[in-house]
Amino acid sequence: MSNKLLDWIEYRIPMMRVAKMHAAEYPAPKNMNFWYVFGFLATIVLINQIVTGIWLTMSFEPSAERAFASVEYIMREVEYGYILRYMHSTGASAFFIVVYLHMFRGMIYGSYQKPRELLWVFGMFIYLALMAEAFMGYVLPWGQMSYWGAQVIVSLFSAIPVIGEDLVIWIQGDYVISGATLNRFFALHVIALPLVIVILVFLHIVALHEVGSNNPDGVEVKRKKGSLKEEEKTKWKMHEYYTNKYDIVDDVVPFFPHIVLKDLVAFTIFLLGFAYVLFFNPEMGGYFLEHPNFEQANPLKTPQHIFPVWYFTPFYAILKAVPDKLGGVIAMFSAIIMLVLLPWIDRGRVKSWRYRSGIHRYNLLVFAAVFIFLGYLGGTPQEPWKITASQICTFLYFGFFALLWLYSKNEKTKPLPERISK
Amino acid sequence: MSNAPVDNGRRRFLTIATSVVGGVGVVGAAVPFIASWNPSAKARAAGADVEADISKIEPGQMLRVEWRSKPVWIVRRTPETLKSLADHEDKLRDPESLQPQQPVFAQNRYRSLKEEYMVVLGICTHLGCSPQHLKDGAFAEQVEGVPDGFFCPCHGSKFDMAGRVFESVPAPLNLVVPPHYYVDDNTILIGSSEGAA
Repeated sequence: MSNKLLDWIEYRIPMMRVAKMHAAEYPAPKNMNFWYVFGFLATIVLINQIVTGIWLTMSFEPSAERAFASVEYIMREVEYGYILRYMHSTGASAFFIVVYLHMFRGMIYGSYQKPRELLWVFGMFIYLALMAEAFMGYVLPWGQMSYWGAQVIVSLFSAIPVIGEDLVIWIQGDYVISGATLNRFFALHVIALPLVIVILVFLHIVALHEVGSNNPDGVEVKRKKGSLKEEEKTKWKMHEYYTNKYDIVDDVVPFFPHIVLKDLVAFTIFLLGFAYVLFFNPEMGGYFLEHPNFEQANPLKTPQHIFPVWYFTPFYAILKAVPDKLGGVIAMFSAIIMLVLLPWIDRGRVKSWRYRSGIHRYNLLVFAAVFIFLGYLGGTPQEPWKITASQICTFLYFGFFALLWLYSKNEKTKPLPERISK
Repeated sequence: MSNAPVDNGRRRFLTIATSVVGGVGVVGAAVPFIASWNPSAKARAAGADVEADISKIEPGQMLRVEWRSKPVWIVRRTPETLKSLADHEDKLRDPESLQPQQPVFAQNRYRSLKEEYMVVLGICTHLGCSPQHLKDGAFAEQVEGVPDGFFCPCHGSKFDMAGRVFESVPAPLNLVVPPHYYVDDNTILIGSSEGAA
């Protein structure tokens, strides 16, 4: 009976075929380690943001007069409203934590290299859309940091020569940040950008499954058709979409259930941390929700210190490191564009840092340290030494890419194993 | 399929013509979506230029006008005040107004169109508080030898009678001179520079 129903459906829409192709019969390298859980976690957080976001819009009022009060209303009077809001605000920070780790995974194992360039570029587009989404979401509660953060970020566009000032007025919809700005950010935050992000995530996964997952050894598991002996091929049944085009090495497992179960373990651990923040420390000491934001937006009173939320602070430090306004804006955007161009800056053939030179490993670790330190510099009150430190770190940030481009052409790498090592 | 010969030139022309017409349509359809982001009629009205009647300001007095929900100060400076502006320039951060805090016409010692009248936004360039006008010697407490000026009560920034910021205070820049021009001898229009309106 149920089989007949499934057949009836399958004849009309390829549900089982897609499920098999992308889960039960998708070849995933068996050596995927904990670094490979963050894509899954990012998907979970995205779902959390969408669901809690929908519920929050049911009580939120996007107007300059009512926004702040309606957030208070959600916090104090809507049943479980504070849980929904803290799930959303904690989710925002959690999103960036898992996305940064996901990106660093891609960097250390060379997951951006040929043939995964577009996969990486789609990922970077998701990251950009996510930053816009997070920024506009942060404006909505209409607290002091919402308002002044928006002021700082929007005024970045005024640095553009000739059209800058008019562009700012166009973005704001007023001569100052006002209710008009709040309303359009609400529309973008709840409709436009989530749609863009969901579509990009879909394309990211389609691209991933087309080229196949990388792994910590960076050794491809899909080989040219006819290049493998029968005993070297995987014993698992993989979807014919893959096996018709390639020989698949016996180093893979089906994505479902093997990888999914591993991801669920990571999800459990992640939930422990998430629940701790959600229930015991939702403001995270002012890092997830900044203290000035508990005061309503006041255009005539600037907070003593204006910082973006922690996930933007590395780029904020780069912005402030350059003494010239336009120069700072260019440096900040270049910092992100460099990441987008990573597949073409790295001229190496060997993917994983396990088999690359010592200088590459060192370069990656310095880059990670510099990024974190820039985050500290951009997120704490201005002091004279921090300007110099930010300038040095900005130099090192770009230095990572320059060095990578220089040494990757003729890099001394270790010999790659024929198969994924045991 | 008919057996009529394919006219590739005609086909290319039709493809291009259709694409161009379609493209024009897309551009046209985009206009309302892009233009709707501009300030609404309500916002434009609230942000419109304001006129100020300066005929009744006595020398030394200040008139406050609201423009785009910000205070604009119009001060009629006395000849002594104007003369004294040159005396303390060594204590100023930006005496020659090199930073773009004013329209080009106000890039002078007096930071004004007519020497007598100062027109500035009364908002501290540090954190947006509104400084106080200290006059008749009251400002000398803040800066020795300078009788009049502006003092910000929030974090102690100091400005002279041309809105120029003193050194070693939190504010980094001179006060902003908004675009303005004289409609006639007794009326200032704030919000546009002459010719731009």
